[in-house]
Amino acid sequence: MSRHISEQYDSELESLNRLLMEMGGLVERQLRSAARAFVTHDTGLAAEVFTLETDVNRLELALDDECVHIIARRQPAARDLRLLISIMKAGTDLERVGDEACKIARMTEQVATFPIPDNGYIGIQHMRDIVIRMLTTTLDAFARLDLDAAYEVIAADAEVDDGFAAVDRALLREIDEQSDFVQRAVNTVWTARALERIGDHAKNISEYIVYVIRGRDVRHPGSARS
Amino acid sequence: MATERKDPGNDRAASDGPAAGGVDGAPASPERETPCLEVRDLSLSYGGVPALSHVSLTIPRRRVTAFIGPSGCGKSTLLRCLNRLNDLIDGVRVSGSVTLNGMDIYRRGVDVADLRRRVGMVFQQPNPFPKSVYENVAYGLRLQRGIARSEMDDRVEWSLKSAALWDEVRDRLNETALELSGGQQQRLMIARAIAVRPDVLLLDEPASALDPISTLRIEELIHQLGAEYTIAIVTHNMQQAARVSDYTAFLYMGELVEFGNTDGMFLNPAKQQTEDYITGRYG
Repeated sequence: MSRHISEQYDSELESLNRLLMEMGGLVERQLRSAARAFVTHDTGLAAEVFTLETDVNRLELALDDECVHIIARRQPAARDLRLLISIMKAGTDLERVGDEACKIARMTEQVATFPIPDNGYIGIQHMRDIVIRMLTTTLDAFARLDLDAAYEVIAADAEVDDGFAAVDRALLREIDEQSDFVQRAVNTVWTARALERIGDHAKNISEYIVYVIRGRDVRHPGSARS
Repeated sequence: MATERKDPGNDRAASDGPAAGGVDGAPASPERETPCLEVRDLSLSYGGVPALSHVSLTIPRRRVTAFIGPSGCGKSTLLRCLNRLNDLIDGVRVSGSVTLNGMDIYRRGVDVADLRRRVGMVFQQPNPFPKSVYENVAYGLRLQRGIARSEMDDRVEWSLKSAALWDEVRDRLNETALELSGGQQQRLMIARAIAVRPDVLLLDEPASALDPISTLRIEELIHQLGAEYTIAIVTHNMQQAARVSDYTAFLYMGELVEFGNTDGMFLNPAKQQTEDYITGRYG
């Protein structure tokens, strides 16, 4: 991509990208901590997730503010406009990933009184691995505007959905067999649901990347305006 | 008062207008519209120096089409080909064809004065005659025979209303037009151009000498007139093109780089050159 005639404009867009990456980095930390806290019943680690939330929220506000200023001053068009809109939307998705991570941290506090299950939350660990990979890949893809990587993330969302269905099935069986641990099972389903949502957000961000690069809105196939 | 203006909103909603287009849907395209002016393989040189090279495009009826591009790209030259204003310049050579509603305007025997009545033009600097407001609008009408005084009054009033100027000048019709503000003078020029009921209005940087508020008034007027007239506008202000036009043509060094619906051109242009120009990048 060639440079703008206005160097100031280029540096504004670069600083916006840095803000998004900084926010992504924090949210990724929240997700890693929350997921590890849950499977190890580590309430101390869960508490860290909440402390990061303030910074994530602050960055979301800063990101929106920067975008609005650039739109007002520069009247961006074409790819610049698509990029700004996508950065704003990606900021919203990242903030929601952070919210989901906080939910997982709260689930951790609730399951901590129970023993860790024999399977060591294998289903949750499987989902966590895919979702973390999706999030890091989509942030990378955004920084490099990498279309292939974006499509990789979009495709991976189906794996997360399968993972959620598997956790759900396994826990229904567990509730039947070991009614002492119903509360743990419920919290586990909610955690799985939070991970599944995070997968959706990572997919959303990748869809914005496709929009920036191709100018095509690939969300909700089949419902495009005719 | 016999007004012939229609609600532009309704007029557009009824047709397959550009507003229906989207990035991913089926965008409106000039090819699917009723053609008004068809430019085919048009080349032009001034004293051997090429200014336009093999330009082909179709300007749809009752739509606003903007020509954009850097200085010297040929956008004003192209506009002036549409009513043969370039004929007045020595050493001009034109090849290719321009048809207006199917009639080749460069054919031998074409009545150029009649052509310019059908294809009116407004320039960057308002150029009112040193006459009254009324006479400025009536001027073109007086060249047409057989218009009665009462009809003349109606036509002047209708033109001034269509040009969104009537309310400001209704009590000053006999005062000199030179006393009007720049923005009012420019709307007077539009009233003068539409008084003779042209098919096409050519606007060459019509707002570039005006302040921002007058500019918005002119843009609003262009939007309204677009329901009734075929309009081609040259502007170096890209945001203006984005605001007022249905279709945009990007010219560069005498060639037509890209032509399509304005939404698409400003959101997702097909050509890198267009993208670089409208986003302010080095091409």
